[in-house]
Amino acid sequence: MSNAPQADGLQVTGRVWVFGDGLTTDDMYPPDAMKLDIPEAAKQVFYNVRPGWTDQVGRGDIVVAGRNFGLGSSRPVAALLNQLGVAALIAEEFNSLFFRNAVNAGLPAMTVPDATSIFSDGDLAAIDLATGTWTNRTTQATGKVPPLPGLVLEIIAGGGILPRLAQQGYLPTDLVDILRSPAVAAAGQGSGA
Amino acid sequence: MGMTMMERILARRAGLASVAVGDTVTVDVDMTVLIDLQFSTMWLQPLRIADPDKVAIVMDHAVPAPTIKDAAGGPHARRFAAEFGISRFYDVGRHGICHQVVAENGLARPGEILACTDSHTCAGGAYNTAARGLGPAEVYSILCTGRTWFQVSPTIRYELLGEMPAGVSGKDVFLHVANEFGDATNLNLEYGGPGLASMPLHDRRTIATQGAELSADFSTFAHDDVLAAHFEALGVTDYQPSHADSDATYADVREIDLSTLVPYVARPGTVSRNGLPVTEIEPRKIDQAFIGSCANGQLDDLRIAAGVLRGKQVAAGVRLIVTPASQQVYRDALRLGYLQDIADAGGVVTNATCGACFGYHMGLVGPGEVCLTSSTRNFTGRMGSPEAEIYMASPATVAASAIAGRIVDAREGTAR
Repeated sequence: MSNAPQADGLQVTGRVWVFGDGLTTDDMYPPDAMKLDIPEAAKQVFYNVRPGWTDQVGRGDIVVAGRNFGLGSSRPVAALLNQLGVAALIAEEFNSLFFRNAVNAGLPAMTVPDATSIFSDGDLAAIDLATGTWTNRTTQATGKVPPLPGLVLEIIAGGGILPRLAQQGYLPTDLVDILRSPAVAAAGQGSGA
Repeated sequence: MGMTMMERILARRAGLASVAVGDTVTVDVDMTVLIDLQFSTMWLQPLRIADPDKVAIVMDHAVPAPTIKDAAGGPHARRFAAEFGISRFYDVGRHGICHQVVAENGLARPGEILACTDSHTCAGGAYNTAARGLGPAEVYSILCTGRTWFQVSPTIRYELLGEMPAGVSGKDVFLHVANEFGDATNLNLEYGGPGLASMPLHDRRTIATQGAELSADFSTFAHDDVLAAHFEALGVTDYQPSHADSDATYADVREIDLSTLVPYVARPGTVSRNGLPVTEIEPRKIDQAFIGSCANGQLDDLRIAAGVLRGKQVAAGVRLIVTPASQQVYRDALRLGYLQDIADAGGVVTNATCGACFGYHMGLVGPGEVCLTSSTRNFTGRMGSPEAEIYMASPATVAASAIAGRIVDAREGTAR
């Protein structure tokens, strides 16, 4: 198996960055960033928790976090993570609003108890949301969690909720493919707080 | 098997006889509330929406517009409202923080489901509504389809007993709960019990709103006579309250004896398990005092603050900023003299908006500053610089501390 980052709908392989517990949306999408367009706002992610990280993270990487990941506002943080090239999220526990934002942005997210013990910075992780399996390719640790409900997997596999709306005729159908581009989708949906 | 309040609502709106923890259900949404931020980037106007009568638009977070980006959203909202015939459009002048506007207009109704693009939408739980914040993409989707999905989470029941002593408010009850029991991630919160009858609606609103800080899914209060009277006054009668079954299954049932509570202060950084009774908090010197937000910018909050401030002066070196939760609250507080009392004491009264609570406009804090806030969050960086410290307490505690120049117990005046 290649060690190159891979993302194929519900299967993602990538290098991990490990963060701690209780990261809030203010840590990832601070109020000042809300005044900026998505590419600029994305440079503020973890600005105080891990300054300089947005210059280090690469396309296809995976963010691993601890308990209560994403507590806070409805700001579409997932759009910023998409902008930075983050391909998936793994956390020991997600705030449900943050988790839904990831799903609706087509960003695969998996709850793995003890994730911050299983993974270290730079490890290669592989997850498959369809089966609920995760692997640390660096340490060979592996495990399985309950798969997400089918309708949730469908939204993620379809690239998020906006392409689906275009397919269903709520938005112009010629936007279906464009809406799969995360930055465009983020701009189209507006912002939240 | 019996159902909790939340399970009953989800079952009914999913068209099912019952639901159980772990089930994923697709539900009809009764009211969808869009906020100004939703329109302020590259808004894509939908080709069709589910039902314009089940939509409200509230201009709240960034009004009047502090940036060109925000200003650009206004025309999108106005055009959308006009073209789709959305009559519940609360534009600047009829505006307010969406959860306050929702409350004033009876848009969160007992037994119904309300979705909105703001994380404090759980405020609607005070009205026995299954209300929760959802991301902008999801709210956009509900606007179009009228439906969404929920996974049924386990519920914690708070059984309220006794009556709150004088000088103790809903904020203090919430801070006590947050301090004692911590986060409720992926759990629903249900409040009821014999102590509820004596708890005013504005205090319930504060508590329901702050379910967001506990990371809860839904945060819902029982329907009772107080609520029935509230809706009768609004002329809203066609609703079906949700009552928990006596044999409902809870993840935990926790009794709160309201009569034993004291004012609380949350220390900077996080709300959960990070508070102290005001009598034990360090008497920290403060630079800014803020009273506002969906949690504590209600008319009763301003009444309490005005009562503390009347005839006194804000300490030198302290900025007191008071933001009414809506234009309606502003007008009522003006008529009742509360704004006069606050301004006479040296407080700054702002336009109704989310404003300083989310660190966006009208009252940010700088590096090294200490803020005592009666709003929703004390998270690092929430109200401005990540190098500022944000303490959180009730409007009474904030007002008394603004006079003293440091965190004090309002029950002792400014003597401490």
